[in-house]
Amino acid sequence: MRSVKNILTVFKREAYGYLTSLTFYIFVAVFVILSMFFGFLFANFLKKGDASLVDFFMWHPWFYMLIGPALGMRLWSEEQRLGTMELLLTFPVTVWEVIVGKYLAACAMLALALAMTFSMVITVHMLGEPDNGLILSGYIGSFFVGAASLAITCAISSMTRSQVTCLIVAFFINLLLVLAGFGPIQEFLGRLGVFSVIAKPLAMCSYLYHSTLLGQGLFKLQSLVYFLSVIGFSLLLTSVIIRSKRS
Amino acid sequence: MIEVRNLTKRFGPKVAVNNLSFSVSKGEVLGFLGPNGAGKSTTMRMITGYYPPTEGSITVDGISMLDNPVAAKEKMGYLPENAPLYTDLSVIGFLNYTAALRGLRGEAKNRAVLNAIHTCFLEKVANQSLETLSKGYRHRTCLAQSLLHDPEILILDEPTDGLDPNQKHEVRQLIKRLGTDKVIIFSTHILEEVEAACTRAIIIDQGRVVADGTPNELKARAKRAGSVRVNISGLAGSGIRSELGQLNGVSAIEADSETAAGFTGLIYPKAQGKRELSNHIFDLCKNRGWLLSELHVDDGRLDEMFREITAQEKV
Repeated sequence: MRSVKNILTVFKREAYGYLTSLTFYIFVAVFVILSMFFGFLFANFLKKGDASLVDFFMWHPWFYMLIGPALGMRLWSEEQRLGTMELLLTFPVTVWEVIVGKYLAACAMLALALAMTFSMVITVHMLGEPDNGLILSGYIGSFFVGAASLAITCAISSMTRSQVTCLIVAFFINLLLVLAGFGPIQEFLGRLGVFSVIAKPLAMCSYLYHSTLLGQGLFKLQSLVYFLSVIGFSLLLTSVIIRSKRS
Repeated sequence: MIEVRNLTKRFGPKVAVNNLSFSVSKGEVLGFLGPNGAGKSTTMRMITGYYPPTEGSITVDGISMLDNPVAAKEKMGYLPENAPLYTDLSVIGFLNYTAALRGLRGEAKNRAVLNAIHTCFLEKVANQSLETLSKGYRHRTCLAQSLLHDPEILILDEPTDGLDPNQKHEVRQLIKRLGTDKVIIFSTHILEEVEAACTRAIIIDQGRVVADGTPNELKARAKRAGSVRVNISGLAGSGIRSELGQLNGVSAIEADSETAAGFTGLIYPKAQGKRELSNHIFDLCKNRGWLLSELHVDDGRLDEMFREITAQEKV
């Protein structure tokens, strides 16, 4: 009970920090505009005449390469830059309560940004009769990719006091996790003979593979395990780094 | 109340704190002194649970900081060096957040925040953003967060750093006032602060305790403590000097000026701190019919003692 209260206290403070910063609104706007733009134009949404958001969600992992780090870079880097980490960790709270509180706040902001794309759902309903289960599955897939990219950013931000360094490093890790499942890369690996055997396992480590499955309404246990593993491992790494920084 | 036993902290090959032991009881205000890099902040960070020690133990009111950190931290208020704050919050927003982290809720939280604002004279800036505040106000805001839960123990790392003379005075008075029913450990570079607010002081250098005692006891350890400054006329300086040298209990004489008309200088006693020397000098002057226009017994000075002790350590 006490842990829940502490997590909630940290959550509220972080959420307040996001909601009162201009940067957060800029990133939400960029995310919404990009996803609409790509969803409508590049995915030939209107030409296809198909009332579905599969192509709209297809682009999301690519946006999260940057949006995740941009949202999460302040989580621990800012505490280290301001020196408030010392204050925070001498309060009667555990490192895990703070990590979870901060991470959930970042996820809530991600959910808020995703909710801003709800006009897409309204649009497809006006144009036809979409499969709502498919849309929900797409949103779940998109949210999980964002949540995984945030967790990785959270771990990187605990390593550095510089938000820019965090942004760049987290971007590259997320980029690798997207590219691993990217069609042309997979084809290239497939043509490499010996290396072709790693193509499939590599694809399964990619955001794209699992978000595509979810985007198509295929809710597999392995996808859930994959996302929860990335998130769990990243948060565990965060706690290890925070502990090791002090010893 | 606080027991520190054989505390050691190593950062790689560097030993920041080396086998440090001391204890502090209720009602004591302990001044933590030492040159830069002596290990003061590292020790405070270990006591407050921020750094885990490499070796040794810390118990706070019987609770081990290593085994039960949350319970031990509840008993403490801490002002870190440089008074870090969340600059996107207002004074009251910051105090509300830190009070919630202390487990305070509802009316108790509001009362605690208002009390802390009042104690640290923050009424005028309560709704102002921390980013726009001067260093003095920021420092006091961070000090206020350490008082929110009325802790039994206060650990303050350079609480008067960056404050103007009036604010320094206010903070010292506050420490003195709070020290009557709490344990306070505070570090400082300002030695007058130790005399003004501490009941006891510890000097650490290169991670070890090199002196421990009340401010007066420490002052008495200075080389000049117990020496007598005199200004005597009535005979040639050299004559006065030689007669003073024959007095019982004189170990050395340091002349500032020796003229045909008199002598000015310092006379050191054999056993440090002996005040009888001044009586002997007075009697000598009276018997010889000399004019004694200055007679002052030096109590010793903390800065002298500090320099002597920490310089010795370096040698």
